[in-house]
Amino acid sequence: MKNTYIDLFLIFAKIGAFTIGGGYAMIPLIEAELVNRKKWINKEEFADIIAISQSAPGLIAVNVSIFLGYRLKGVKGSITATLGSVLPSFLIILAIAMLFKDYSENPAINAMFKGIRPVVVALIAVPAVNMLKTFDLNYLSIIIVIVTILLISVAGISPVYVILAAIAVSVAHSVALTAKKRKRQ
Amino acid sequence: MIYLELFLTFFIIGIFNFGGGYSMMSLIHNEIVVNHQWISHQEFTDIVAISQMTPGPIGINSATYVGYMATGNVFGAAVASLAVILPSFIIVLTICKLIEKFRQSTWLANLMKDIRPVVAGMIGAAAVLLMNGENFIDWKSCLLFAAAFIAGKFFKVNPIITIIAGGLTGFLLYYPL
Repeated sequence: MKNTYIDLFLIFAKIGAFTIGGGYAMIPLIEAELVNRKKWINKEEFADIIAISQSAPGLIAVNVSIFLGYRLKGVKGSITATLGSVLPSFLIILAIAMLFKDYSENPAINAMFKGIRPVVVALIAVPAVNMLKTFDLNYLSIIIVIVTILLISVAGISPVYVILAAIAVSVAHSVALTAKKRKRQ
Repeated sequence: MIYLELFLTFFIIGIFNFGGGYSMMSLIHNEIVVNHQWISHQEFTDIVAISQMTPGPIGINSATYVGYMATGNVFGAAVASLAVILPSFIIVLTICKLIEKFRQSTWLANLMKDIRPVVAGMIGAAAVLLMNGENFIDWKSCLLFAAAFIAGKFFKVNPIITIIAGGLTGFLLYYPL
């Protein structure tokens, strides 16, 4: 396996530059580059890495870069891959932020964003509704969804506390399940 | 010390990011619009739009943007962007070292399953928080919202196309001729 750090950096920069619209968009790109073209890892390894990156907290695109970089070249490799994948979007957003500082009063841009803003809210509402398909809908889960929305948007409670509470409840749930299993044995 | 504040804020956002991009929006909103007031509601919505049309996850995009806007320089943007990915680094490298244990962990598997309704609620909360007078300025905004929702939910229209259509419609409706 011949791969240098520069190679690793460039490949992830290429992947990062074309991942528009969130982390999941990058999965087929990585597969094409690293599994099919470069053959640095095989299909099974790749599937494993994706599964673990999805189940760990964090940005999936970043998780995959860290994981793959580590698998290929250790900690230094993971730093190289991550910086590569983040650099294109960093430069693009930086350029936009710089432009925005000068053009925020431009009437044409203002008019466009007046149309874009309600559209963006809809783009967030759609995945919220779609998320409902990823778990069993019952009284408990529906109440959890509604209470989470109210706590954050109406009561103004930080999502940090909501997540911490959810972790605590889930751990208690796991403890209860383990205890039940032991009783049966 | 603005740099330290930026670092800590985005580090926290990075730690509590369960369930990817959209779920972290209510957290980012809470921290940078409500708590620190680095940017306005409107600007926040604009970043979400820009983030959808440019490469990279919203978490990093918003960090870069806010880091630059809050400090006016590239160093601020770099500090915020690195802070948001640092927790992932620590967590994923730990998992790499303990991979076998991680695979067998039923607790973590349970957590990722149990937390799904909360993630749905967090995304819903982000949508509700942005349904305000700054983003919805008149009845035309409500129509645009409805059209974009239907396009995304029932016709699976690519978000980039929806945003471009929103921008063109906005130009036609609101540009003072």
